[in-house]
Amino acid sequence: MNIFAHIGRAVLGLLGEIGRLALFTGRSLAALVNPPFYLRLTLQQFVRIGYLSMPVVGLTALSTGAVLALQIYLGGNRYGAEAIVPQIVVLGITRELGPVIAGLMVAGRVAAAIAAEIGTMKVTEQIDALTTLSTNPVKYLVVPRLVAAVICMPILTAAGDSIGVFGGYLVATQNLGFTGSVYLKNTVDFATGSDIASGLIKAAVFGFIVALMGCYNGFNSKGGAQGVGAATTNAVVSSCILILATDFILTALLFHTA
Amino acid sequence: MTAPTSTPKIQLIGVKKRFGSKVVLDGVDLVIEPHTSLVIIGGSGTGKSVTIKSILGILKPDEGQVLVDGVDVTRLRGSAREPLMRKFGMLFQGAALFDSISVWENVAFGLIQGRGMARAKAKDIAIAKLAKVGLSEDVAYLSPSELSGGMQKRVGLARAIAADPEIIFFDEPTTGLDPIMADIINDLIVSTVKDVGATALSITHDMVSARKISDHIAMLYGGKIIWQGPTAQIDHSGNPYVEQFIHGRADGPIKMAIKA
Repeated sequence: MNIFAHIGRAVLGLLGEIGRLALFTGRSLAALVNPPFYLRLTLQQFVRIGYLSMPVVGLTALSTGAVLALQIYLGGNRYGAEAIVPQIVVLGITRELGPVIAGLMVAGRVAAAIAAEIGTMKVTEQIDALTTLSTNPVKYLVVPRLVAAVICMPILTAAGDSIGVFGGYLVATQNLGFTGSVYLKNTVDFATGSDIASGLIKAAVFGFIVALMGCYNGFNSKGGAQGVGAATTNAVVSSCILILATDFILTALLFHTA
Repeated sequence: MTAPTSTPKIQLIGVKKRFGSKVVLDGVDLVIEPHTSLVIIGGSGTGKSVTIKSILGILKPDEGQVLVDGVDVTRLRGSAREPLMRKFGMLFQGAALFDSISVWENVAFGLIQGRGMARAKAKDIAIAKLAKVGLSEDVAYLSPSELSGGMQKRVGLARAIAADPEIIFFDEPTTGLDPIMADIINDLIVSTVKDVGATALSITHDMVSARKISDHIAMLYGGKIIWQGPTAQIDHSGNPYVEQFIHGRADGPIKMAIKA
C-alpha cells in the first residue's frame, strides 16, 4: 500500500544481497590461499569449464568475426573505406567481442551448470554432509571452480580471438574480394600486444564472475526443484549483467578514457 | 531427570534460534550422558533439525550455549572447529550421499578428505564398514543413484560410522522406508552405536523407531523441551502433550498450525 515501504524494502533487500555476496566473495578468496587444495577436483573443473566450452565459444567466435567483417565492409563502403575491414575486425574481436562473447557463452553453460549442481547438493543436504565430514564446502566446491574458470577463460578467449579473426578472413577473402596475404598482413601489423592482453585480462575477470555467481546462487538456493531452477536462472542472468557492467569499467580503466 | 554422574557428552543451555520473526527454538535445555541414546520427538517444523544443526555448528544459535564434553563450542568457527567435527558422525534424512563419487568413496570421504588417510587404506576401512551395515563389496563400486532408499540409508550409516565417531546424529532415520526396512535400519542403528561405543542423538516422529533406538526420549514442543525421561516411562509421562503425540491423536492440547 505504502509506496515508501515498498521502495525501502527493495533497497534493504538489495543491500542485504550485496552484503551477502561480498561476504561470500571474501570467504572464497580466503579459502583460495589457504590449504588444503583439491588438485583432482580442480583438474576435473578444467575439463568441464574449459575444454567442454571450446566448441560453443569457437562457433560463436567464428560467426561473430564473419558478421563483423560483413558489417564493416558495408558501413565502410559508404565512405569508400572498405579496406579497413581487417584492422577493425582484429581490434573489435580481441578487445571486446572475443572476451565478451566467450564470457556470455560460458555464463550460459557454466554458471548454470555450477548453480544447478551446487544448488542440488544444498537442497539434498550434501553441503551439510561435507561439513560433518570435516571438509570445508567453500574449499571443496568453490575454489576448484574459481581457479579453473579464471585460468580457462583467457585460454578460451585466445582461441576464440583466433577463430573470430579467421571468420572475418573467410568472409573477406571469399565474398568481399580481399587478397588473403594482404588481409593477414594488415591484421598482424595493426593489432598490438596490449590490444590482445587487455582482452585476456577481461576474460580472466569474466571467468571469476561466472564461477562466483554460479557458486553463490547454488549455495543460497532454497526449497526443492523450484529453488534450484531459480538459482540457475539467477546465476546466468546475474553473471551476464555483471560481465557487461564490468566490461565497461575495465575498458575505461585499461584504456584510460574515462 | 537423574543427576549427572559424569560430564555430559552434550549439553544445551537455553539455546534460542529464530528465522526472521519466527522463533523456532525458545530456550532449549538438554543433557545427553555419554554412551546413551537420546531421541528427540516432536511434530514437523518444531525445530528438531534446527537443534541438531545448532550442535553441529551448521546453524549458529542466537542465544545460549552448546557444550560438548563440557567445553563451550557455540562460537567455534572455521579451522578451530575441525577437531570437534571429527567427534561427530551424521546420518542425514535423505542419506545425502555425494552422487558424483562411488559408494566406497562416499564411506571413505571423511577419512580421505577430512583426515588425509591414504586412499587404499581408507578403501579397506570403507569396505569393512559397508559389511557392518550388511552390504557386500560389489555395492562399493556402484554409484549412489543406483541404490534403493534403504540401501542409501545403509551407506549413509556406514559413512557416519566410518571414522569411529564419539557422537552419532540420526535425522529421521526411518522416514521414507517401508516398515520392514525401517526395522532393519533401527536394528542396525542400535548395533552400530553399541559397536562403536558412541553417544547417539536422533530426531524422529516415528514412535516405533524412537522406542527401539533410544534409552531416553525428549519431546520438543513450542521451541522448548517439555518432557524428558527414560524410554520405559514414556507411556506414563502424565504429560498431555506427550500422550497426544505418542498415540497420534488429532484432538488434544497440540494444535497443528494449518496456516503457515
